[in-house]
Amino acid sequence: MVDSAFILEKSVVIVVVFAVTMIMAMYSTWAERKVAAFLQDRVGPNRAGWGGLLQPLADGLKLFSKEEFFPNTPNRFLFVVGPAIAMSTALMTSAVIPWGDRLHLFGRDILLQATDINIALLYFFGVVSVGVYGIMIGGWASNNKFSLMGAVRAASQMVSYEVAMGLSMIALLMMTGTLSLKEISEQQAGMNWNVFYQPLSFLIFLICAFAETNRTPFDLAECESELIGGYHTEYSSMKMGFYLFAEYANMFISATIISVLFFGGYNYPGMQWMVENVGVNTANILGIAVLFAKICFWIFFYMWVRWTIPRFRYDQLMNLGWRILIPLSIANIIVTGIVILRHDLAAFLGF
Amino acid sequence: MIHIPDLAHATTVQVIFCFLAFITIATAFMTIFSRNPIHSAIYLVICFFSIAGHYLLLNAQFLAIVHIIVYSGAIMILFLFTIMLMNLNERHQVHRPRITRLGAIVSFCLILIVLIAIFINSKPIVGGYDSTGEDFQSIKVLGKILLNEYMVPFEFASILLLVAMIGTVLLSKKEKLK
Repeated sequence: MVDSAFILEKSVVIVVVFAVTMIMAMYSTWAERKVAAFLQDRVGPNRAGWGGLLQPLADGLKLFSKEEFFPNTPNRFLFVVGPAIAMSTALMTSAVIPWGDRLHLFGRDILLQATDINIALLYFFGVVSVGVYGIMIGGWASNNKFSLMGAVRAASQMVSYEVAMGLSMIALLMMTGTLSLKEISEQQAGMNWNVFYQPLSFLIFLICAFAETNRTPFDLAECESELIGGYHTEYSSMKMGFYLFAEYANMFISATIISVLFFGGYNYPGMQWMVENVGVNTANILGIAVLFAKICFWIFFYMWVRWTIPRFRYDQLMNLGWRILIPLSIANIIVTGIVILRHDLAAFLGF
Repeated sequence: MIHIPDLAHATTVQVIFCFLAFITIATAFMTIFSRNPIHSAIYLVICFFSIAGHYLLLNAQFLAIVHIIVYSGAIMILFLFTIMLMNLNERHQVHRPRITRLGAIVSFCLILIVLIAIFINSKPIVGGYDSTGEDFQSIKVLGKILLNEYMVPFEFASILLLVAMIGTVLLSKKEKLK
């Protein structure tokens, strides 16, 4: 089972996924500026490279060459660990995502997924819930009141929205009957996208994804007008870069999860026909391209919302999470259960 | 009798187990010994992660990930949260009288003796496990068993949790009314 070719294949898949995540996060920063510029009728970055395409590299170089500032804190170690945790958890989720079905190369089937575990969705939730530590530890170790406030806000916001996110997922899981993202993708072949069956679940998940990634309208953790920079006030140089980069990596990953769970993943209409008539490789490369088109749309959506909707107030945020989203997702679970068991219920009631 | 494993011929699983066990015990001790409550909480989080690793070694994927979500992802975050808000410092530590410390040491030693006696006298399970052909690690099988065979205890556990939750809410409301 575990031979060297298998290990080599998985290593290549993992390295490629890692590289692609990094590149996508890098160019999300460029896209964010371009989208912001477009929405505000400006030009945006246009000096480094064509259309400012080299801007992310220039930014990275700038961050590396900045002074490494340490605040007066008794916890220098935790101060460094904070951004490290944020970055690692942002990159970990990509391990369970199916980027495509399979490629047929060198006489063997290569599954385009680092690992297909039957608890993939729970793994995603586990990683998301651990991601809070990066912000909390960093904010606390900064030894600064504003950082601590930002960290506490971020933690309570993420813990609250995780509940609604998990409940909205349960309705979807009742329908799919599996936690494996690969099987969920396969079930959506053709145009059987889950969003048509679970629109409410999708809406709740989308709102919670915004809250989990700390993006506007829920970016109260780094609300400049009240908290300076929030949890990363004291950070500078590449440690600051890691926090910002982790945010974009998280955005990419949650866009991917949304595409895979609700918008069919790598499936496109006529994929089966393509596999039979054109070839496995062409069909699947097209599938990967389709998945990335979906991901890019959702990343654009994140930016679109950020530059359109103003920030919530903190009590509004908590009310939305606890008083609206959680009861709504519980109602969604009940309705889904009734629809799934409608024949049994009809038989029980004597129809 | 205690079986001491042969380190030179240890399998990979045994090596990983020793490594994880070392982390578990070391961080558990550090949780107790560190003066800073935040450091204690962080050590406890690492301890929980290593326990999740033990579950993975036993091939209990579901248990491992739920352990991470519930303990590390929810409970310990709330703990950290509370500690940060309370702003506990070393000087706020309560002074304990000498007799309490002595009592703690004595009871610890007694428990240690009992535990060592249990471990020395315990016998490993005789006979192998029956293979039923079903994968009890998969959530599908686990869910079916929990909600068919063990339905009543499962529901009782959830009622217990619900009652505890309502009780906590009531207690916190009561303080506010005063």
